[in-house]
Amino acid sequence: MVLNLEPISVERDLLAPGHRLCAGCAETIVVRQILHAVGEPVIVASSTGCLEVATSPYPYTSWRVPWIHSAFENAASTISGVETMYRALVKRGKIEDKGLKFVVFAGDGATYDIGLQFISGAMERGHRFLYVCLNNEAYMNTGIQRSSATPFGAWTTTSPVGKETPGKTQHRKDITAIFAAHNIPFVAQAAPHAWRDLMSKAKKAIAADGPSFINVIVPCQRGWRYAPGDTIELSRLAVDTCVWSLYEVVDGEWRLNYYPNPKKPVTDWLKSQGRFQHLLKPENKHVVDILQAEVDRQWTKLLERCKVS
Amino acid sequence: MKRDPANNISVTGVPSPKSWREIPIGGVITDAGNSEEYHTGGWRSFRPIWDWQKCVNCKVCWIYCPDGSIRIRDGAVAGIDLDYCKGCGICSKECPHDAIKMIEESAAEAEAKVKQ
Amino acid sequence: MTLQKVKGIPVALEGDRAVAEAMRQMNPDVVAAYPITPQTEIVMRFSDFVASGEVETEFIPVESEHASMSACIGASAAGGRVQTASSGAGIALMWEVLWVASGSRLPIVMHVVNRSLSAPLNIHCDHSDSIGMRDAGWVQLYDEDVQEAYDNAIQVVRIAEHPDVLLPTIHALDGFILGHSVERLEKLPDEAVTEFIGTYTPAYPLLDVEHPLSYGPMDLQDYFFEHKRQQAEAMVHALDVVAQVAEEYGDLTGRYHSLIEGYRLDDADFVTVMLGSTVGTAKCAVDLMREQGVKAGLLKIRCFRPFPAAAVAEALADRKAIAVLDRSLSFGAQINPLCLEVIGALYSHGFAPKLINYVYGLGGRDTVPAQICEIYQELVRIDREGVTGSVLRYLAVRD
Ligand SMILES: Cc1ncc(C[n+]2csc(CCOP(=O)(O)OP(=O)(O)O)c2C)c(N)n1
Ligand code: SF4
Ligand code: SF4
Repeated sequence: MVLNLEPISVERDLLAPGHRLCAGCAETIVVRQILHAVGEPVIVASSTGCLEVATSPYPYTSWRVPWIHSAFENAASTISGVETMYRALVKRGKIEDKGLKFVVFAGDGATYDIGLQFISGAMERGHRFLYVCLNNEAYMNTGIQRSSATPFGAWTTTSPVGKETPGKTQHRKDITAIFAAHNIPFVAQAAPHAWRDLMSKAKKAIAADGPSFINVIVPCQRGWRYAPGDTIELSRLAVDTCVWSLYEVVDGEWRLNYYPNPKKPVTDWLKSQGRFQHLLKPENKHVVDILQAEVDRQWTKLLERCKVS
Repeated sequence: MKRDPANNISVTGVPSPKSWREIPIGGVITDAGNSEEYHTGGWRSFRPIWDWQKCVNCKVCWIYCPDGSIRIRDGAVAGIDLDYCKGCGICSKECPHDAIKMIEESAAEAEAKVKQ
Repeated sequence: MTLQKVKGIPVALEGDRAVAEAMRQMNPDVVAAYPITPQTEIVMRFSDFVASGEVETEFIPVESEHASMSACIGASAAGGRVQTASSGAGIALMWEVLWVASGSRLPIVMHVVNRSLSAPLNIHCDHSDSIGMRDAGWVQLYDEDVQEAYDNAIQVVRIAEHPDVLLPTIHALDGFILGHSVERLEKLPDEAVTEFIGTYTPAYPLLDVEHPLSYGPMDLQDYFFEHKRQQAEAMVHALDVVAQVAEEYGDLTGRYHSLIEGYRLDDADFVTVMLGSTVGTAKCAVDLMREQGVKAGLLKIRCFRPFPAAAVAEALADRKAIAVLDRSLSFGAQINPLCLEVIGALYSHGFAPKLINYVYGLGGRDTVPAQICEIYQELVRIDREGVTGSVLRYLAVRD
């Protein structure tokens, strides 16, 4: 599946400008890329979070496709209902089958934490939808609170840096593997700088016969503390330092999509953002060591899963 | 684009006050994509200046712009939509051909005045 | 609509089964539900109908009640007919999204089988669950017996979907007391139900990709209040619609239930007011008191939301003494939810009869005619002595 920007760039964005996300926010970069890959006719559901509030301040909406938001935790159940009604009405001949596609955009808080059960339920039931986690590694909409996607050592407003704690004291959980363990047809991790990879994953995901999940890292200039213009560069750096790996699990088979060469040290990642500045102090070297060890451990595990030696 | 009068809003971005009898029920917005009437260009403190002579039309800026503000005309990049561009600088940073420069918005505005 | 009175089909069914049977006849597009005692019977029975192909409904076997209401919201916004059923803790778990359903003006129907709320854990009937959602913007009907559970189950669809209403709606039947009791009832022929509920044309179908809608936006100081004002107005319309649908249903079946119903009320001096199955018990007490020469009567509230204040005030205006029975407890309140409504109705219409409020039947505590007779005797005493005493009382709790 070779993607070319030539034909895509003449298509209309399905997300209108005039939305209120911060300058340089990666969330809408990803939404634009995914919606261009998926194409119409599509119905979108969102969880409460930055994307939702910034694209729908009444009476404005940035959505040029049907869109629904219900609450923070339940986007997967909401889309289950929409998708099921679609099947029901088509089956009963009340509407025509137009090949509608269903996509969820939700933050990491909505996905890793408060919505986990809802997503798990929807995946187990096998609704046909693509769930995209816009992973900025914290609850950004409410002011940068930690989530279970926040990395070890990161400063957030609920994992502050103090005498007793060097930022977050727990590692993030591996939600992508958790969803892969649901044995759904397509699961992947992606990053916006690698747009071709991301968009081809979105195409595969939406073509899958069943639920699919893509976890996308979305650098957040406000929450991570960096200059807005660096968003794409940070996406690239995340992948090159292996704090974020690009892979896909297709029908249970793990495939690595990118092998950084050289694999950069995690300190390069930490230096790039304000949320890690405290870790660069000599007294926190042990924290950095723990983090590097965890990144290495996860990377090795991933290589094993993908049978890359 | 035809606007649903029920969701009619002024271009200044200030919602015209409608009574509860005049708006659709349930908070439903019937006017898809009407946020384009809300111009976020005013947020900018830096402005991207695109140099058509350097541009090779690779569209890297287009795929990365969070605000859909890289104009495409007849299949080619045709500049920046300053109505929405928030001046993040991603396009400038990512352009492989150095075709977009960021300058201070105030300087750009001053220059524009002089030109007039 | 002109309906011909049809001949009913007599059956003996438990309340839950009667509701499931009504659901089968209504054949909704989507049902999303989760088991919880004493409602489980409905989900199980309906699953059978799905499995055997007796309905065309798509059933979503959700992983929780929050998900069931969330899926109902998605399905209803999509643009079809949606139903669910729940009880007690299940409704409590839905709390947040009950408001999303009403705020988004989605005519979802929920069959509620009343159950108390933990702790301590109790699976039996009181009205804490449905009364707990009284401010969530749902129309609420209460069922007196299994027949009415069946009848209301069908009427709520018409109420919810009425273009002037478009509000989610419940009808509530008392857990176990009605839910698991076999009673004789008359059901309608399938075609009569189909015809009565008619077809549903959604006002704002999300699935219409030609006219893309945004549902559930962020709505701040500018318009949120206007949207709430619309909801309040829809409740005003619902009052008329509940009565009108009841009238039509009465023409079809010969069973007319309206917003409120009196029993031996016309000349009654002493009146009890209540919701749900206890009405049947209290009717028996009324007869016993009448035999003793006490002019007892009762007022059944069928429609609790919207509250038919004018009708209630008119029905109660000139009585000598009134007792309002609440099957839920609003801790710390001077009086409890139903009584609060009744007093509000009387006061706003310029009446102030002597009135007391009983909390009864919490956690399924049995309420028998003798206890209600005692309430009437207390009303007689209050009238005779002219002293009301404590307004808030507890029926049949050990001291
Ligand atoms: C039940 C509930 N709890 C808490 C909130 C408050 N809340 C709204 S958005 C949000 C965080 C969103 O974080 P995330 O999902 O990571 O998305 P982001 O805003 O970072 O894109 C929180 C805590 C809520 N709306 N609902
Ligand atoms: S500066 Fe940012 S918002 Fe403006 S055109 Fe460039 S990428 Fe888009
Ligand atoms: S990235 Fe640069 S070269 Fe490529 S299209 Fe944009 S401005 Fe032109």
